[in-house]
Amino acid sequence: MDRRLFLQRGLGGCAALATVFPAASQFRVEISGIGAAQVPVAIARFRDEDKALHPVSQIVRADLERSGLFKLVPTAPDNLDENARPVFTEWRSRNADALAAGTVTRLADGRYDLRYRLWDVVKGTELIAQSLAVPKEDLRLAAHRIADDIYQKLTGERGIFSTRIAYVSKGAGRYTLFVADADGEGSRSALGSAQPIISPAWSPEGNELAYVSFETGKPVVYVQDVLNGRRRAVAEFRGSNSAPAFSPDGAQLAVTLTRDGNSELYAMGRQGDNLRRLTTAPGIDTEAAWSSDGRSIYFVSDRGGGPQVYRMGASGGNAERVTFSGNYNISPALSPDGRYMAYINRNGGNQFRLQLMDLNSGTVTALTDTNDDESPSFAPNSRLIIYASRAGGRDLLMTTTLDGLIKARLSPPQADVREPVWGPYSR
Amino acid sequence: MTSFLHGRAAWLAAFGAAVLVLTGCASNTRVEPPAPVENRLVGAGTPATVAPGANAGATTGQAAQSTVTPVDVTRNDTAANAGGRVVYFDFDSYVVKDEFRGVVESNARRLSADRKRRILIEGHTDERGGHEYNLALGQRRAEAVLKSLTLLGVSEAQLEAVSFGKEKPVVGGSNEAAWAKNRRAELKDR
Repeated sequence: MDRRLFLQRGLGGCAALATVFPAASQFRVEISGIGAAQVPVAIARFRDEDKALHPVSQIVRADLERSGLFKLVPTAPDNLDENARPVFTEWRSRNADALAAGTVTRLADGRYDLRYRLWDVVKGTELIAQSLAVPKEDLRLAAHRIADDIYQKLTGERGIFSTRIAYVSKGAGRYTLFVADADGEGSRSALGSAQPIISPAWSPEGNELAYVSFETGKPVVYVQDVLNGRRRAVAEFRGSNSAPAFSPDGAQLAVTLTRDGNSELYAMGRQGDNLRRLTTAPGIDTEAAWSSDGRSIYFVSDRGGGPQVYRMGASGGNAERVTFSGNYNISPALSPDGRYMAYINRNGGNQFRLQLMDLNSGTVTALTDTNDDESPSFAPNSRLIIYASRAGGRDLLMTTTLDGLIKARLSPPQADVREPVWGPYSR
Repeated sequence: MTSFLHGRAAWLAAFGAAVLVLTGCASNTRVEPPAPVENRLVGAGTPATVAPGANAGATTGQAAQSTVTPVDVTRNDTAANAGGRVVYFDFDSYVVKDEFRGVVESNARRLSADRKRRILIEGHTDERGGHEYNLALGQRRAEAVLKSLTLLGVSEAQLEAVSFGKEKPVVGGSNEAAWAKNRRAELKDR
């Protein structure tokens, strides 16, 4: 392995200012922060990408930059494609460690053919040569997969750019549940309603979304197949039904029900079968979040006064308190690697801020200095958190690295967007 | 195996073979979706009313993996009208204040006079805090009103306490005047 190309994060020593890459205006990607060691990489404009539906290389660049692990080396006006024989010394002089170039071709049957190469310009060797043919609807997905492959080749870890997110938008008295690419673009409506929709949750397979809809005049938990739109009410009991969370193995759903008098946690089979009550303490128990191994459930309870995060076995029983700092801690999210819990703390100034707890040490880090953070959710590789925040009177979606150093504002076309949730790895 | 390598100069083919070794499992066709084509597929941005299979994604015999089928439940909206029966609450409080005793008593009389009448008690909060925790707080307000009604002899079978949390404010704005109007329980006929 080349030492320049495979710099480990945190070993770099000298922090570099994150490049504010002139991403195309249509992305409106706003990245801010100071990154630790970042791999300098050049992604040339793909040949003929301007004739395609989406600017492939711009999508790849924005993806890599948002991860916080790359520094984008300017490429224009290079005229490169996958068949080029780049002059490696020249790219070394531009301080690039890696270079990618490719071509986008529209096939006769309407599909797009994407071909690209990734070179290690330090060693002067080739790292990836690939061709992907996709339906035109999947052109953005293909660009994200290229970013994933480059990310994995250069960091040794799996990328999350080809995953999807879900979020809710509110506009003109209408609520819409959207599914979008992980960069917030390419949004597609999964559910529209005149009544609120909250608390979307992905199934671990990524094929279904659970959510709370108020369309019948009260909160009811539905599960919907994203591909074909078929949906079923899985929790429609007397009172309120909310806060769905799939178990990591996909067999169970945890929900909050008030059928027995106040907000308590229950588990049920995925079809709404085999209902079991998990909590019995007086007061509110809600916002169940499964640990990645499926053995524990983290949740919010006000049994000690204000809302705090607790942890119990997945079948209920004794709970231990997890958060201690401050009198209002809600919305726990567990990292897939089992190491971290993200949650929202309200501080004395009535500011709601995203926090990260290292579950081994109990150390808590504030990841933002904004005032209205909500709804954190981890990327499947545990490297990024998506969350909702507010600026200029608008609800918006943000991502942050776990050190809080690199933040990106996602800009889906809808005005007021909230409750983001990150889906699993794609197939 | 790969159109990328076929038809290229011989040096490139040989080079490409070496690349395949170097890149290990990076298959040239890995983006081809393994999913079966489903006949209810509807593509990007296409309304749900479009005939099944009408999308271009199917023309290649390939299901677009990005497909999301939209569902519209606007017509399912059966939320009742407000009816002007509202109890307001203090910040962080679930106590039905004396000034709303009249609201509770008049509804209790109405419900006791007609045992077949059923109402939904909707709890609401102001905008501060999380969606789900506020849903639980709003539920607590609805339960408080329900309890007040049952203490006046109303049958619990006539009542259902539910919550909208912070999702349906009646007054916009981020100030105490707006928040005070939004911390409420609404009594709605069903």
